[in-house]
Amino acid sequence: MLQFTARRLILSIPTLLFISLVIFLLLELAPGDPMAQVPLTVPPEVKERMREALGLGEPIHIRFGKWLYQFFVIEPLHLIDIMAGTDFAGGEQRVISWQTRSPVMDIVAQRMPQTLWVVGLSYVVGVLIALPIGIYSAYRQYSWFDQVGTFVSMVGFSVPTFFSGVLLIVVFSVNLGWFPSIYDTTHVVSDWDSFVVQVKQMAMPVFVLALFNAAQISRFMRASMLDNLGQDYVRTARAKGLSEKVVVLVHVLRNSMIPVVTVIALGVPQVFGGAIITEQVFKVNGLGQLLITAIQANDLPTVQTLTFIFAILIVLFNLIADVLYGLLDPRIRYD
Amino acid sequence: MTETPRRSGARQGEEHVDIVPAGAVPAGGALGGVDLASPPRSQWRDVWDQFKSHKGALLGAGFFLLVLLAVTLGPLIWTLDPTFIDIRARNQGPSLAHPFGTDQLGRDTLARMMAGGQVSMAVGVTAMLLALLLGTLIGVLAGFFRALDGILMRMTDLFLALPLLPLLLVMVTLFRQPLSTAFGPETGIFILMVTAIGITSWMPTARIVRGDVLALKEREFILAARSIGTSNAAMITRHLLPNVMSPIMVSATLGIANAIITESALSFLGLGFPPDFPTWGRLLFDATDYLQQYPERVIWPGLAISLTVLSVNYIGDGLRDALDPRIRGR
Repeated sequence: MLQFTARRLILSIPTLLFISLVIFLLLELAPGDPMAQVPLTVPPEVKERMREALGLGEPIHIRFGKWLYQFFVIEPLHLIDIMAGTDFAGGEQRVISWQTRSPVMDIVAQRMPQTLWVVGLSYVVGVLIALPIGIYSAYRQYSWFDQVGTFVSMVGFSVPTFFSGVLLIVVFSVNLGWFPSIYDTTHVVSDWDSFVVQVKQMAMPVFVLALFNAAQISRFMRASMLDNLGQDYVRTARAKGLSEKVVVLVHVLRNSMIPVVTVIALGVPQVFGGAIITEQVFKVNGLGQLLITAIQANDLPTVQTLTFIFAILIVLFNLIADVLYGLLDPRIRYD
Repeated sequence: MTETPRRSGARQGEEHVDIVPAGAVPAGGALGGVDLASPPRSQWRDVWDQFKSHKGALLGAGFFLLVLLAVTLGPLIWTLDPTFIDIRARNQGPSLAHPFGTDQLGRDTLARMMAGGQVSMAVGVTAMLLALLLGTLIGVLAGFFRALDGILMRMTDLFLALPLLPLLLVMVTLFRQPLSTAFGPETGIFILMVTAIGITSWMPTARIVRGDVLALKEREFILAARSIGTSNAAMITRHLLPNVMSPIMVSATLGIANAIITESALSFLGLGFPPDFPTWGRLLFDATDYLQQYPERVIWPGLAISLTVLSVNYIGDGLRDALDPRIRGR
């Protein structure tokens, strides 16, 4: 198992390198010019010096190498510096956003909490809704509960979040006025009332994303439970007189959770990607919104860094899912 | 009595899938003589019978056809120009002249919905075809030629590890200008959308097809075909492709749903088609600006996207059941 994990970890390095190369080359083809906003009165040779100051004067492979060095060496060193108060990074050049002229990672660190709160919470809520629904629909297959559950989950992943979100805004913000339609990041939770405000403004984005995630996970849970409910060991467990509760919630559930856990792990990075749209709908200024504004402003370092962070998340959670699968299921050994 | 022929039908269907490619004569006599009197049934007949029994799928197929008819033939009946600006009739509610109302420039929403539907459907179907083509090609090549398997599947894994939505956004932003100037704004963006969605969604199809081809390769009929000297090309087109049709068809339906959602999402983020060129996503995006004043305006495009995707998903669900010989006939 350890060997497998190590091998997968090593294999993920070329994967990440390839992805970073793809992203880098794609952005290299960008027709947008970061100097486009500079006034026309600026003479060309000054513009050329400004380009060099942005790091655009060098050939492609050198810039790629430098970007890799900045991303994988300097930024982590800087992170260590902040946490431990050391000075490893020194005054080395960090990845700088063209938009704000500040290090991209600092902006990411500012935006991360909003995304984590809204998206992370919605994923947790989604899983918590999905599991009981999946279990009960499988246990009572073809009952009305199962039929309704199937229909709702079908609707759940057919209705795109940019419609369900807008619909919720129409009903609950415009017509009823219960929740605010815009997420206020500057809101500070200090007492009970401000906490209520925070809950209110989080309610709709979390609900929209949770519904979308729950729809998918509950289907997996149901299918996995159905696979296990027909197994011989279930009959054995019933035959030796175990109560129905123990049979379903201990024996069957534990075995059914194995594939579901990996599906949940695999879904985490997708949630970050999908949250781009939800963040746009509810104006949450998280990572997704940062990406969109960076794309619109032609801020290549930010786009590059963010896309690559998403790629790292995907590779990381793929690895976690694979390792979890091996750990949870003794029948699967990767040796 | 009703039970027996149906079950034998299922067994026949299974034999078709297992041994002979689609369209061969069923071996009715071998099944205890029950079926001797009834005419031979083709595999697709069985599939249709099973598909019919799935109510959601049938409803979905009906609705999908309806939408398809509405967006293709609708503009012939409802002849208002979707780009015609009638500034005096702006922001109207539903009336006889404008059943869905008008937008902020007085353009007829019904006509815009139909024009937008045409684009959304066209993007969905074309992108799905491209993804299927790529996926099937790579899947068959990887499954059939052992030498290519490793490299093609590693490539699939790499593509699966790419953050697709961010990359799509980046691709669309970067290439919209050059393509618009090369092919004109509408065709250029259409090509861009279809290619971008197509090359980011072929991976699941490739994996499924490869798995099925690998399993089929071990069967006797492939050995038999090989022994009479069938060439590789004939082997793939004559024997393998017809037998992997079912998973391909299921991924086709899911592909349409995915492509429609992706196109709408990009349009919704303001990175899709140009503003004067309606698609469902674009209409929804434009309507959100007037959310406070005219909240009903987001309903039509949103409903169109959701219901179309829902119907396509139900069709996919029904097809999956109908094409699975283990479930069919039960």
